[in-house]
Amino acid sequence: MDKINLTIGVTGLNNTDNPGPGVPVIRALRESHAFNTRIIGLAYENLEPGIYMKDLVDKVYMLPYPTDGTEALLQRISYIQSKESMDVLIPNFDAELFTFMKTEARLKEMGIHTFMPTLLQYEERHKSQLPAYGKKYGMRVPKSVELFSLEDVSQKSEKYDFPYMIKGKFYDAYIAGNIDQAKSYFHKVSAKWGLPVIMQEYITGTEVNVIALGDGKGNMIGAVPMKKQYITDKGKAWGGITLDDPVLLETTRQIIEKTKWRGGMEVEMIRTDDNELYVIEINPRIPAWAYLAVAAGQNLPEALVKLALGLPVKPFTEYSKGKIFIRYSWDLIIDFNDFQKFSTLGES
Amino acid sequence: MKIKANIANSQDGFVFDPTTGDSFSLNQTGIEIIEMMKQNLKEEEIKSTILEKYDIDSNILDRFYLDFLSMLKQFNLVDLNG
Repeated sequence: MDKINLTIGVTGLNNTDNPGPGVPVIRALRESHAFNTRIIGLAYENLEPGIYMKDLVDKVYMLPYPTDGTEALLQRISYIQSKESMDVLIPNFDAELFTFMKTEARLKEMGIHTFMPTLLQYEERHKSQLPAYGKKYGMRVPKSVELFSLEDVSQKSEKYDFPYMIKGKFYDAYIAGNIDQAKSYFHKVSAKWGLPVIMQEYITGTEVNVIALGDGKGNMIGAVPMKKQYITDKGKAWGGITLDDPVLLETTRQIIEKTKWRGGMEVEMIRTDDNELYVIEINPRIPAWAYLAVAAGQNLPEALVKLALGLPVKPFTEYSKGKIFIRYSWDLIIDFNDFQKFSTLGES
Repeated sequence: MKIKANIANSQDGFVFDPTTGDSFSLNQTGIEIIEMMKQNLKEEEIKSTILEKYDIDSNILDRFYLDFLSMLKQFNLVDLNG
């Protein structure tokens, strides 16, 4: 079968120690058997490593921050579209998703297809909404509550045993062992990600994650479970292994079926020593370890592009168990002119 | 007691549990015991094979064998219903 030529915009090029999923998503698309891809990298900062990975990106453009609003984003995307004629755009940051979801129809008018969760799906799985989410969809979730002030930390702390988690609404999570630590983390997290901050019961056990893709009709197109084997001080996986765990897959399948999840997702779970499974987070996008799933036999970014374009997608039924990824750091050397060009012109 | 069906082990003594992602290393005797357990040999058959092959007192073998089984249980490598 002839491959289809596609131009695909991808964000999340920050392949740092807290990596975005952009680079592994591009890597997956480059290995597609269905598409010949021209990749348009979309960056927010001029030192995102993916900008300078010329074997992965064909062209890169700077985007305005999500806080600048939808009009600023649309204006910029419109300019990029006039040059590149993107067929599909894959946003990879939690923090930008809301803006992209709000502009989905306008993007479509420009000829740009996306495949993102609906606003309801995105909103109701917020960490702060997790207890209600668990109740609605019949999942075991940790107790959690929103914090808006230091007084909240003190008051709500009385109902939680130490240690508990202090989490940012998009990213970051810290284990607070006492009230002073909790207050300190509240400041740290709120300064970075805004309010509310989330206080969450600490569940002891093994963290396991599942990458999955839902077709928006209740069907799970693919899913691969992974256990982190090496964790950075930011709690990110620096190494991980695919698991043979039907319970994790079934839990994920039920979430997708009940919510009719549309798009990529990562379900973060904790398995306690008593073998109870808690869903601790649902991330509304493909995770940064996506390439492990590709290597294990499920090219979920490629499947997501097919869904975005309305092409038929056959659900994956298999993947390799015991497949391991190990991240590494590599000093990418770039010419000052490349950096200067991107910094001043916002494209390169 | 049976080793879980999906547990993978190599000739070099590497044991991998694909459900948890955990892996373990065995010495030569451990490799042999696991192999025999996977062949569904009974405890007495396994012990007599070891006693024949190695110069070891049966009481000491009993103790180490029990320790080994406890470890397999602790790491969830055995099917308790099996």
